[in-house]
Amino acid sequence: MTVKSATPLFEGHDWDFGLIQRIYDAVEQVAVGEMGLDTYPNQIEVITAEQMLDAYSSTGMPLFYKHWSFGKQFLSNEMLYRKGVRGLAYELVINSDPCISYIMEENSVTMQTIVIAHAAFGHNHFFKNNYAFKQWTDAEGILDYLEFAKRYIADCEERYGHDRVEHLLDAAHALMHQGIHRYPRVRARDLKAEAAREAERHAYQERIYDDLWRTLPRGKAEAVVPADERARALQLPQENILYFLEKFGPRLEPWQREILRIIRLIAQYFYPQRQTKLMNEGAATWTHYTILTKLHERGQLTDGAFLEFLQSHTNVVHQPTFDSGHYGGINPYALGFGMMRDIERICVAPTEEDSVWFPDIAGSGDPVGVLKDIWANYRDESFVAQFLSPRLIREWRLFKLDDQQQAPKLRVDAIHDERGYREIRRALMRHYDIGWQEPTIQIVDVDLAGDRRLMLEHDVNDGVLLAAADAERVLQHLANLWGYEVCLTEKDRETGKELKQHRAQPFAAGLE
Amino acid sequence: MHVIDRRLNPGGKSLVNRQRFLRRARALVQRAVRDSLKDRSIKGIDQEGEVTIVRDGVHEPTLHRSGQGGNREYVLPGNREYVSGDQIDRPQQGGGGGSSAGDGDGEDEFRFMLSREEFLELFLDDLELPDLAKRRLTGGEIEGVRRAGFKTSGSPASLSIPRSMRNAMSRRLALRRPSRAELQRLEDEIALVEARNPPEPGDAALLERLREERDHVVRRRSLISYIDPIDLRYRRYEEVPKPVAQAVMFCLMDVSGSMTEHMKDLAKRFFALLHLFLSRSYRHVDVVFIRHTDRAEEVDEDTFFYSRETGGTLVSSALDKAVEIIRARYRPDDWNIYVAQASDGDNLTQDNPRTIALLQDQILPIVQYAAYLEVGREEDPMAGGTIASDSDLWQAYVTVQAPKGRFVMRKVHHRREIYPVFRELFQRRGVGVRGGAA
Repeated sequence: MTVKSATPLFEGHDWDFGLIQRIYDAVEQVAVGEMGLDTYPNQIEVITAEQMLDAYSSTGMPLFYKHWSFGKQFLSNEMLYRKGVRGLAYELVINSDPCISYIMEENSVTMQTIVIAHAAFGHNHFFKNNYAFKQWTDAEGILDYLEFAKRYIADCEERYGHDRVEHLLDAAHALMHQGIHRYPRVRARDLKAEAAREAERHAYQERIYDDLWRTLPRGKAEAVVPADERARALQLPQENILYFLEKFGPRLEPWQREILRIIRLIAQYFYPQRQTKLMNEGAATWTHYTILTKLHERGQLTDGAFLEFLQSHTNVVHQPTFDSGHYGGINPYALGFGMMRDIERICVAPTEEDSVWFPDIAGSGDPVGVLKDIWANYRDESFVAQFLSPRLIREWRLFKLDDQQQAPKLRVDAIHDERGYREIRRALMRHYDIGWQEPTIQIVDVDLAGDRRLMLEHDVNDGVLLAAADAERVLQHLANLWGYEVCLTEKDRETGKELKQHRAQPFAAGLE
Repeated sequence: MHVIDRRLNPGGKSLVNRQRFLRRARALVQRAVRDSLKDRSIKGIDQEGEVTIVRDGVHEPTLHRSGQGGNREYVLPGNREYVSGDQIDRPQQGGGGGSSAGDGDGEDEFRFMLSREEFLELFLDDLELPDLAKRRLTGGEIEGVRRAGFKTSGSPASLSIPRSMRNAMSRRLALRRPSRAELQRLEDEIALVEARNPPEPGDAALLERLREERDHVVRRRSLISYIDPIDLRYRRYEEVPKPVAQAVMFCLMDVSGSMTEHMKDLAKRFFALLHLFLSRSYRHVDVVFIRHTDRAEEVDEDTFFYSRETGGTLVSSALDKAVEIIRARYRPDDWNIYVAQASDGDNLTQDNPRTIALLQDQILPIVQYAAYLEVGREEDPMAGGTIASDSDLWQAYVTVQAPKGRFVMRKVHHRREIYPVFRELFQRRGVGVRGGAA
């Protein structure tokens, strides 16, 4: 422990802008100077509780297009907040360049310190360095793109009517999770270029428009294309349904395609956040914990402030046990933080067991370097698969339950013992594998010669079908977008047996 | 690093989305508002409040794996006694764990707060009020500003140009400021004299006089400015205070067994609307609830609407009670009195003469407005059918003589028929507001 030399940054509760700046400098000193975190430039915005509620209902973004579903979210958040059922988050952070963190004016100065360490350095470093974010998101362009999206959708509302745009957005939102490229075969997005691309396309169309073309006699119908050629032309099978509709939807107007594209790109932007929830929160929590501890050791944080910090930190990383009645799934803050601490321990003071399980990092003596490498190169699924240690499994007393459809009872399959570690780790990894948790749905064929029916397949895992009521509704939306009949078949992954089929016809008016 | 203070940014960013949601779920919210009226007091009708609608109507579907069926694995923390191979009973509700498991349809109710304006808007919409009346009821304070003369200081925006220019002109006239034409005349004369060639005798003296005169004019023009700060006048505005006045509203209702819930509900809406209207016109509104069977008593609102009495029906007892209360507590000189009566029309025939006498001679002379609402069953045909005969009380009240607009009677079967009762009340602007009754 270093000698307490520095004077405390603050005492008491209240903060002002000068103090925020001094705190930021002190935190930066530790985060960048000592830990070597690599962040986007920071922009810290002070907001009120009401503004926080606003931000909540537009998925945290400072600007977003308008849709009733955000109003619904706002109303329900407001209700929970006003009734005191739920407090507001202390912060919100946006993956953009510069990285914007919101802090609430109600927070005490200790809270602001935590928030700055957590969001402006923890999350920020993660956003900038993690491979999933690097591959899929364009932090520099996102705010400009949202601005473009907002304006474009508002323009469409004026030009084509609120109802048509609303119906289109309803449908697109329903298919949002099926609007993601999961494999990086397409180059990284340059969102800034999007607005320019749309403007250019528009100008080109205006330039080449010639009414004469309309008067040309129509040629003969094209010959039927063989299935494999069709599949190649339509890029089938295709799991990105929104992409497919945007490119090949026969009855969509150009502005509808553009809006589908907007929704798709926004979904893509958020995809890494869903893939790395556990790690992202774990990294940020570990960062704020480490930084605040250091500040306290140096005497820059008073004992009182440090206790206040410990209290809220403990609340954040609390994990109720499965039978406590408060259990609502595994708390990503708790598990993430637990694993980061565990990795730190393995680097510094490994046991014999650790040396067997983690030969690469055990005793390396450089926890920050190891963690930074992990933050850059893993996502939740691979992170758990690699780094969940037997010791943590014992500490958490994790166990695995098997729920077989045929069996009358649940079976305890593995517990925290020598035989169980790997099984638990494998099962928990599955739990964080989005590709496993979300249904795999692909467009497999289109009957172009016949009635233009769109055929989709759901690869059924472990016999878990789609939630039927929702599937019917989403399919209805899809049929309205496609303009012809849509058919979704659920097939078992192993046996290939057809389990269920959903069909939907477009409404006569389509999207009108 | 920048710290930016966003607290002063305009709020209400979610307002548009909120309105869109309400528009989308309009039918559902409307029904919820209608239902929630039961839980609201008459005075509390225009307050923000919580409503509940079915979640299904505003559901956003996604493709996701079902919460039931199939083979699943859960990893849970906090094992105490299990060893591998143990068999456990299934918990009662679906899966016991992993966050992905219980992602079913959630609650089937959606609760949220409606603001005062939103609630009122929906409530009035439900009664099918015309827009004009609705605006008058939902609008902000009626207190306004009106023009009231001029003042010597103020903001540039309220500068009165005609008045300032007029002042300037009279000042210029009073101080005899030489006009531009006068100056021009002198200049011309000087030029004329100067131009004479050869000069006439006496020209030099004339020229000197003229020049002197011109200098004098120029000096006066610069001393007495064309427009001066003392000329400026600003429009003055005065705030018009709401007439300080108070009103009392008597709610009279027959609570005998023949009054159904539907009838009482209609009556409640009627009373609520009247209260809303009065509270717009008066600063302070008292409400007195009198229920009656064959005898009347003053009760609180809950008892008024939700307790049932048995007995005959003597309408005069309620009127008696009202008169008694007016005498005791509400001097007609100090209070604007409104009487609203709701009944299904039953009355003991021999009580009718006394009822008419009370209403006509004792009540109508001292009240601003009295309304009688005859509530009927919902399925009743429109009143005044060929066969349906008028009720006892209706027949009696028809004979009541009152100044136009003072007494209104109406039969109502459906809530949309309530508003017409008020039509005259709304049309007469500022009805019966007596100044000075404080």
